[in-house]
Amino acid sequence: MNILEIDQLSLSFGGVKALEDVSLRVPKDTITTIIGPNGAGKTSLFNCISGFYKPQQGRITYQGKPLDGLRPPKRAGLGLARTFQNIALFRGMTVLDNIKLGAHVHMKTGLLGSLVYFGRARREEMAVREEVERRIIDFLEIDHIRRQPVANLPYGLQKRVELARALAMKPEVLMLDEPVAGMNREEKEDMARFILDIREEWGITILMVEHDMGMVMDISDHIAVLNFGKVIAEGDPGTVQKNPDVIKAYLGNSDIESLRRKLNPNREAA
Amino acid sequence: MRIGDAKQTYVADEAIWTTSTQKFWFSILLLGLLIFPLLANSYLLYLGCLVGIAVISTTGLNILTGFTGLISLGQAGFMGVGAYTVAWLSTNTGLPFPITLLLAGLMAAAVGFLVGLPSLRVKGLYLAIATLAASVFLHFIFAEWESVTGGMEGLSLEPAHLFGVTFRSDFAMYFLIVPLAVLAVLAARNLFRTRIGRAFIAIRDRDISAEILGIPLLRYKLMSFALSSFYAGVAGGLFAYFYRVVTPESFPLTMSIFYLAAVIVGGMGNLLGGILGAAFMTLVPEALKLLTAALTPFFPNAPVFMSPMLEIIFGALIVGFLIFEPHGLAEIWRRVRRFFHLWPFRS
Repeated sequence: MNILEIDQLSLSFGGVKALEDVSLRVPKDTITTIIGPNGAGKTSLFNCISGFYKPQQGRITYQGKPLDGLRPPKRAGLGLARTFQNIALFRGMTVLDNIKLGAHVHMKTGLLGSLVYFGRARREEMAVREEVERRIIDFLEIDHIRRQPVANLPYGLQKRVELARALAMKPEVLMLDEPVAGMNREEKEDMARFILDIREEWGITILMVEHDMGMVMDISDHIAVLNFGKVIAEGDPGTVQKNPDVIKAYLGNSDIESLRRKLNPNREAA
Repeated sequence: MRIGDAKQTYVADEAIWTTSTQKFWFSILLLGLLIFPLLANSYLLYLGCLVGIAVISTTGLNILTGFTGLISLGQAGFMGVGAYTVAWLSTNTGLPFPITLLLAGLMAAAVGFLVGLPSLRVKGLYLAIATLAASVFLHFIFAEWESVTGGMEGLSLEPAHLFGVTFRSDFAMYFLIVPLAVLAVLAARNLFRTRIGRAFIAIRDRDISAEILGIPLLRYKLMSFALSSFYAGVAGGLFAYFYRVVTPESFPLTMSIFYLAAVIVGGMGNLLGGILGAAFMTLVPEALKLLTAALTPFFPNAPVFMSPMLEIIFGALIVGFLIFEPHGLAEIWRRVRRFFHLWPFRS
């Protein structure tokens, strides 16, 4: 079953076609990855799914229902969570408050309740705190930094906090925009492990954009390749890797042998 | 040095005062506020009332500007709405003060809600201009809607009363204003440890992320405007009971700037900063006047020389704070606390 289906989506800014007839399925309980060269439209596609961009054509179906016309907060309420390519945490807040914000849609306290902080309002806050501590902070191993302001944290940890915030939304589909970009090897391995665990233990479907081919091929169940706004290949990692169009899009030439020859001297020099 | 404050429950961990030292000092503060009017002379009592009103209004503006990131120059206008509501209600209906103050707050909140409507589209300085326009518009209504506001002459009203008790003197008003100010700050403190307060800060820090987390921007921005104006309305209502006369000139545009300056000097997005800023902005001009009076015996022409200088000195002080203490008075306070937490070690 497909939890998310994208049908013939087209998006253009003026004359620039960011997405052209993009169709894509995200099967439930899989790790689906979108790859493609810079400017291929991967993040634009994410923004269409989140509701920031309004595609001129096509439709996005989530759990069998069309998402047309829903504002981003509504989509969040339906269980679509997301992280950003360039970390979008609230820098003035502590790690704990950032994560709690993820639970915002599942909380009900109104303005008056907030002002008196008594009875139901307090119970709800405590329930959220407990759940965040037990399920998320423990799981992502960030208990030592929970009181720190996000702005002081190293990059890898900030990425992890952003993931924690998305998990607090209790999503059905988690969209990760370049989760390991700019990380060192150890941080990448941690993140890959978290992503696999999230799928296994939480039953969350993952839709990911990533450039790190090693990781993509290792953990993905399903891969779609975008180039110049079009899907040029789709399938499991083995199939996509062998697809000549994909090789051409990435390396600019389908003659692999000649490319190898070109690349080899560089490698020796390095 | 502060050690051994590990907590067993999340309730204890998220309390406002987490150590017995903090509870002790807060009790001392409350006790001090209680004893102050018994010892103070009428002038200090008058200043105490003014600071109390300023604290309520500044806290309100801090919620909007400091925590939600929406600059407003409408605070004096909203206070005016509250003051006129109280003046009109108490003269025409004779309702007791808890009801008139509540209605003043609600009326100001309704006006604030309307003024906040452009905030979805415009931010920063543009929003400041939009609220400035609203403030001018409100001033116009105060001056021209004579059947209700009494025009340029304004309205005068009877002192606040409840169950046969009349709050006529500054001494009595102090016991009306200061508890409300304490309550207003505590309510705001509560707000920022629950979901709504967090949503406000999220909008200030990164509004796109806030939307992705399911926070509808317009609804929360309007909520912030309404709450901030509610505080202003209550402060304005107390202002009306305090002076017992309300005219359009009671709430000039410079008053809005006064409150914005209080928020900035105190420390944006810091409730303690709002309190310190309000006290600073209210007391420093008075202190400068006292200084002038103290200098007069030695320099007979000090008043002539000093009175035009007061505004300049006051302005220079504010500029100085912005340069040397950009995080406001609250930051100084934080450093002092840190010193005592770490003592006998040094940071």
